[in-house]
Amino acid sequence: MVRSLLIRGMLVGFVAGLLVFGFAKIFGEPQVDRAIAFETAMDDAKMKADAAKGIHDRPEPELVSRPMQASFGLLTGVMVYATAFGGLFALVFAFANGRATKLGPRAVSALLALTGFVAFYMVPNLKYPANPPSVGHPDTITIRTELYFAMMALSIAAMAVAAVLRKRLAPKLGVWEAAIISGAVYIVAVMVVAAILPPINEVPSDFPAVVLWHFRVDSAAMQIIMWAVLGLGFGALTERSFIAKGLYRPRLTPALVWR
Amino acid sequence: MSDKAIGSDVVSAPIPVREILPWIIFGALMLLAIYFVGAEEGATSLIKGMYVHEWVHDSRHLLGFPCH
Repeated sequence: MVRSLLIRGMLVGFVAGLLVFGFAKIFGEPQVDRAIAFETAMDDAKMKADAAKGIHDRPEPELVSRPMQASFGLLTGVMVYATAFGGLFALVFAFANGRATKLGPRAVSALLALTGFVAFYMVPNLKYPANPPSVGHPDTITIRTELYFAMMALSIAAMAVAAVLRKRLAPKLGVWEAAIISGAVYIVAVMVVAAILPPINEVPSDFPAVVLWHFRVDSAAMQIIMWAVLGLGFGALTERSFIAKGLYRPRLTPALVWR
Repeated sequence: MSDKAIGSDVVSAPIPVREILPWIIFGALMLLAIYFVGAEEGATSLIKGMYVHEWVHDSRHLLGFPCH
């Protein structure tokens, strides 16, 4: 059972990855290129200024060419990421289904993807947003990575606590009140964390604002595509399989629900 | 009586935790894969050099991980 869920999750993640790659290639890459053009212009200006002072900088060696980074490199990263998230998603689903709520597998899958998107990406990125190349000093990579992963871990932990709280409160307060209260607990918890963790602002003062804005919107859109395909695709396939195996019988057929 | 009467729904039974536990190892593998895309040869490094970092460079930026 877990095995088939895991395989399904990874397959749905793989398909999600293909769509995310398509989007990233068309919309995200032009922003990366513009950011790199800015970086190159800055480096050239610095090299010229240094040369005038008699210092000769060596340009950074290029291990992987830009066309490779923007095609197969991007494809590798996105496919590994989305397939791995598909597998993780399936394992969390295996635990949550039949436990977290009395909803059917399709609704559990959709809600799980929504909470996953909020906890893994949206909230950590509101504190430490995605940055294009040339934003961020190489010297601070360690602290920036630590802070980003700390924000992500605390956001996920707060979401797990909120999910348990919602389940506990639901019999006493009803599902709506329980969901609203535990949702508010999550929001307050991540606001406290975000207020305590130090800010990072390393955007060069003359970096084009439009490029930064588009880059961040495209980054968010990639995540929305991935989580939507995971939540809706995995849910549809799993519900169909559960009904076929007699593991789940919907109270009403969808046609009746929507009538 | 109709099958569709209220209360006749069968919520799928939870999968026992002991059945899920052995699969946690795959969860750890998934996290390792995400680590390689997101952070390897940046803040920390398991493999020498910068090749992994450079290869997944664009996806690392676009997926929201800190880079450089």
